[in-house]
Amino acid sequence: MSTGLSARTSLRRRFVNGFMLSLTWIAAVLATLPLLFVLFYLLEKGVTSLNWAFFTHLPHPPSMPGGGAANAIVGTLVIVAGASVLGVPVGIGAGIYLAERKGAPLAVFVRFLADVLNGLPSIVMGIFAWELVVVPMGHFSALAGALALGAMMIPTVTRTTEEMVRVVPSPLREAALALGYTQWRTSLRIVLPTALAGILTGVLVALARIAGETAPLLFTAFGNDFWSLSMNQPIAALPLQIFNYAISPYDDWHAQAWAGALVLIALVLVISLLARAATRSGFARASE
Amino acid sequence: MPVSDANALLGAGDTALASPAPRMEVRGLDAFFGKVHAVKDVSMAIPEHRVTAIIGPSGCGKSTFLRTLNRMHETIPTAYIRGTVHLDGEDIYAPGVDAVSVRRHVGMVFQRPTAFPTMSIRGNVAAGLGVLRAVGERFDVEERVEEALRRAALWDEVKDRLDASALGLSGGQQQRLCIARALAMEPGVLLLDEPTASLDPISTEKVEALVHQLRDGVTVVIVTHNMEQAARVSDQTAFFLHGEMVELSPTSDLFTRPRDSRTEAYITGRFG
Ligand SMILES: Nc1ncnc2c1ncn2[C@@H]1O[C@H](COP(=O)(O)OP(=O)(O)O)[C@@H](O)[C@H]1O
Ligand SMILES: [Mg+2]
Repeated sequence: MSTGLSARTSLRRRFVNGFMLSLTWIAAVLATLPLLFVLFYLLEKGVTSLNWAFFTHLPHPPSMPGGGAANAIVGTLVIVAGASVLGVPVGIGAGIYLAERKGAPLAVFVRFLADVLNGLPSIVMGIFAWELVVVPMGHFSALAGALALGAMMIPTVTRTTEEMVRVVPSPLREAALALGYTQWRTSLRIVLPTALAGILTGVLVALARIAGETAPLLFTAFGNDFWSLSMNQPIAALPLQIFNYAISPYDDWHAQAWAGALVLIALVLVISLLARAATRSGFARASE
Repeated sequence: MPVSDANALLGAGDTALASPAPRMEVRGLDAFFGKVHAVKDVSMAIPEHRVTAIIGPSGCGKSTFLRTLNRMHETIPTAYIRGTVHLDGEDIYAPGVDAVSVRRHVGMVFQRPTAFPTMSIRGNVAAGLGVLRAVGERFDVEERVEEALRRAALWDEVKDRLDASALGLSGGQQQRLCIARALAMEPGVLLLDEPTASLDPISTEKVEALVHQLRDGVTVVIVTHNMEQAARVSDQTAFFLHGEMVELSPTSDLFTRPRDSRTEAYITGRFG
């Protein structure tokens, strides 16, 4: 009797098991759908408007057909580079501090702040940079945009650095200290290089996140229809360009907005792929 | 401190150890981890150009004692010591003495190899030299690296791949690399904490042979839970039990006619 009973239970268990597995499979497919849909739609709409001029020309006024977004592409790179210069050193430094001083009251407080900062709506970052830079300077600038985006990078970079520094084996630290290294030198010369691949991943993930941000740039970098590389002047950026073109009434500009979105997403994808490659090279080294 | 005092600490009937002056001198040393009393009232003279072995069961305080000799003990939060440790007549725990500078003079090698993974073989050996340069020493880095690798009996095996990653070396080679890294600092004393515990028998043999050669140039203190190893490489041996130093004798004496019944019980394997 007992064998029949157990056979029935196992049949029922197998059915439930199969059913739940199918549900998770469907969920997994659903999760990828928005991305696939966006990619497909972007390719369809964007490719037709994408041409060489888009990468090399300045925007034309609506009365003139053609033109490009060269200044916006370069502007995005300038802002992102500026954001990295501001955000990466602060993030890495704070991350090392959090890892080395785990339980210190300041560390607990900073960790909490980093998590809050991470969840802060990006437009609030824009307001922060506006207050801090735009108002005192009296005009919009690339610097203000870089500050807003740099501040957004900090929590991601801080927390990944902390995680990566923590997994560096403590015997390595001890060995450095035993050689007569100071704590500071140990962090900088031994721990940081060992954790570097992981930290690089964190930086790239943060970059991918901010590269497409629009809201923090609206009243900081502001946008610009002309060439500018100055940190002190308003500067064009792809997300801003997409926004401005998308809400315009001109078909030609709509097409350019699609092209811009395609370029932006390609940029983010490339950064994400680099992040994966960095992670892999880090794992390869750790498991050697 | 006068030589005769050191001899008193080393025990009577010892002629081999009578000549060298103590390089290090430990007096009434207690070491704590918070409330845990890990080393209890240990006094020991560590003679120059000799190998001192420390044996005893696991958890008896061997590593803790060793780490008080280069002030690594205090890198653990809540850890502290009482008592004195002199190096060449100077109290390394005196106020104003920098722990970091003590560690430049007293090198240390750990149980598992700790080659720095992002550095080449050369980079590993030279890793501490920047510290020396920062305090004003001048020397030829290449020469130092070669000399240290030769002293660690590793030169012939790595001379053609000094720029390769240190992680490509075998475990035994990595451990000798760590010894070379410590030797490059030209320390007066070298502390080895179970340096062969993670090595295969052949690598172990190489490291043991090396330890024996090293004592001409550096004073060695080696922790081991392997009594045969202590017998093979050391001149004097200390037996630790429950944080106390039960006996310190010339190695041949300790293993043939121990003075303490607990030592005898341990070396004859009658021990819980
Ligand atoms: N980091 C630490 N924190 C608290 N107690 C410790 C720590 N390290 C060692 N101890 C304790 O100190 C005693 C001596 O340990 P140790 O010196 O490592 O022994 P051995 O090296 O002889 O095996 C043990 O009782 C151990 O539990
Ligand atoms: Mg130990």
